[in-house]
Amino acid sequence: MSTTSDAYLRQDADAAAGMAKITAGDVNVHYGDKHALKGINLAIRANEVTALIGPSGCGKSTFLRCINRMNDLIEGARVTGLITLDRQDIYDRELDVVQLRARVGMVFQKPNPFPKSIYDNVAYGPRLHGLAHSTADLEEIVVTSLERAGLYDEVKDRLDEPGTGLSGGQQQRLCIARAIAVSPEVILMDEPCSALDPIATAKVEELIDELRENFTIVIVTHSMQQAARVSQRTAFFHLGELVEVGDTEQIFTNPQHKLTQGYITGRFG
Amino acid sequence: MQFLTLVAVLALMSAAVYRMGRGRAQALAVTGVHRLHSLPSYYGYYVALWCGLPAVLLIAGWLSCEPYILRALVVGALPPEAKALPAARLSLLMNEVRQLAASGDFRFSSSPIATAAAEQYRVLRANSFGAMAVIALSLAIVGGFYGMRSISPKLRARNRVEAAVKVFLVASSTLAIFTTIGIVLSLLFESLLFFDKIPLTQFLFGLDWSPQTAMRADQVGASGSFGAVPLFTGTLLISVIAMLVAVPIGLLSAIYMAEYANPRFRSVAKPLLEMLAGIPTVVYGFFAVLAVAPFLRNLGQSIGIPIASESALATGLVMGVMIIPFISSLSDDVISAVPDSLRHGAYGLGATRSETIRQVVIPAALPGIIGGILLAVSRAIGETMIVVMAAGLSAHLTANPFASVTTVTVQIVSLLVGDQEFDSPKTLSAFALGLVLFLVTLALNVVALHVVRKYREKYD
Ligand SMILES: Nc1ncnc2c1ncn2[C@@H]1O[C@H](COP(=O)(O)OP(=O)(O)O)[C@@H](O)[C@H]1O
Ligand SMILES: [Mg+2]
Repeated sequence: MSTTSDAYLRQDADAAAGMAKITAGDVNVHYGDKHALKGINLAIRANEVTALIGPSGCGKSTFLRCINRMNDLIEGARVTGLITLDRQDIYDRELDVVQLRARVGMVFQKPNPFPKSIYDNVAYGPRLHGLAHSTADLEEIVVTSLERAGLYDEVKDRLDEPGTGLSGGQQQRLCIARAIAVSPEVILMDEPCSALDPIATAKVEELIDELRENFTIVIVTHSMQQAARVSQRTAFFHLGELVEVGDTEQIFTNPQHKLTQGYITGRFG
Repeated sequence: MQFLTLVAVLALMSAAVYRMGRGRAQALAVTGVHRLHSLPSYYGYYVALWCGLPAVLLIAGWLSCEPYILRALVVGALPPEAKALPAARLSLLMNEVRQLAASGDFRFSSSPIATAAAEQYRVLRANSFGAMAVIALSLAIVGGFYGMRSISPKLRARNRVEAAVKVFLVASSTLAIFTTIGIVLSLLFESLLFFDKIPLTQFLFGLDWSPQTAMRADQVGASGSFGAVPLFTGTLLISVIAMLVAVPIGLLSAIYMAEYANPRFRSVAKPLLEMLAGIPTVVYGFFAVLAVAPFLRNLGQSIGIPIASESALATGLVMGVMIIPFISSLSDDVISAVPDSLRHGAYGLGATRSETIRQVVIPAALPGIIGGILLAVSRAIGETMIVVMAAGLSAHLTANPFASVTTVTVQIVSLLVGDQEFDSPKTLSAFALGLVLFLVTLALNVVALHVVRKYREKYD
């Protein structure tokens, strides 16, 4: 994985222009014998929402997990190729995974608040990384994170109640607040709304749109409408390969590839 | 022998009737215009139940009443001078009569009265058995006939058999529950007898335990004193030492097994660890006596601390080892039950593995772990064999782990081993101690199960 590999040179124009926050060059992932991702080349721009779509099992989550190296936790998973964050190889030996994950936050499919108070949930990351120098500092971080996640008004009177007692949608926004609290640069979201009802979904989508101002967001979704509503760029995966990537509008109105066309018109998936 | 024959005959009849019932139902199914309600074998079971069940119930009822009726009859027929005996002597006599009748050998009879009564007892019992056999067999035949007669395509044999099965299950569980209640009641009853003689406050708060009561009024130094506090503190001291060993080791090994060990190592190490729980406690007992206690005593000698050879420390250490698998196995289960999504949440925020375990996994599993520890405590308090072998007998009120102490269970054993009168406070005090032990472990179990269940609800 040297920085002068062919894969790196094959980055698309955005990367060359230095606009890309994250680049993936010839990324392959194997789970044991299973070849789950095949030669992915993708650039993700800063301060945009990039949606990853495709039929289930096509490797969207796998790709997402490459970006914060969560695949390291899966036994038998092997990642090759080059992934950079701000032009720095994230699989480099010198790089500290723990710091990488502080820079690249993640929101999961199922809300997974810790069985702690709402306050402690949000304060967890800042405490872990020593981001607050005083309790007042910490409180400020917690409150702003909850505000940015659009949850503060709903929970401000019960910050010391357990986060697990919130509704599903509130839990997911709590998880987003928890991710924001460590001030990451990138937020990865793996089908963040799949366990939520339509109203909670609408709230989270609205939130994603606001967060774009400060964060680079990569979201996996199985809902084409959602991809269309929240994202600026869309990447379509199929059977472990990246079939097509482009501006969301173009992908949905004028897909270049027949597979993409079939998928977005609902002929399969 | 006769009895076994009777049972075998009944079983054979039921089996035969089962085949007949099934055959009849099959025949109906072939010839009849109606569809059978149930499979033919259910009709077979149905008839077999009608044949066997009434007879079995009769036998059970008969056998449980027989001794009382026979006794009443034999006592009624005794000569007046025997009838006038005090109750205790009479019961002795009846015991002899029963034994004579059972052996059939009257050479060692103590008196002609006993011989005569035994003869009568034998005859009565033979008659009683004959009558029972005849009635049971006729019941079986009548029942079998009735069952066969009622076979028809409309008969809901399957549902009836189901109902019988259900009654049987309910009866079994009722029996178990009543046994428990019976044990508790007898414990309670004997304890009340004890508290009649010794005030409850003396028992619960008294600091002196020496249960030797005087056999004769003029005996010296045997007034009997039943302050159980030294026993409670002794039990507590040994349990605390045991938990100090078991909780850290058990918990840490559970964490290692659940979070770090690779599956291959785990599949070998976990059964090995759990094997500790399968070692008979008596083996732990002599391990404590023969290995740990002398070792500690010698160690104490060489560093200048006097350690009794029956020290609370040695006993507690060994008991702690015995309890390790309880804690590790239960904690392992609850730690493994913490959903991976929580771990991923922490990793995703940049937590390291040990941070994740300390700050997220253990707090999430804590209620379950505490439940496991409470169960282990109740196990430690009730543990008998190790302490009987390794702990002392004399009740010292001390918190010194190097001294010898005694426990509630040890005292119960020593009170009830050997000859005893069941109306002296000395013997009765064992029941009071048993009651206390029961109440404490019951409370611990209830709390522990409640805590564990609460925890389960959260993640299911
Ligand atoms: N932990 C794993 N172990 C083995 N195979 C996996 C694992 N996770 C995913 N896979 C396989 O990799 C492929 C891609 O999975 P995934 O990335 O979860 O797809 P998606 O998120 O697009 O539905 C699937 O075929 C899946 O079976
Ligand atoms: Mg997925």
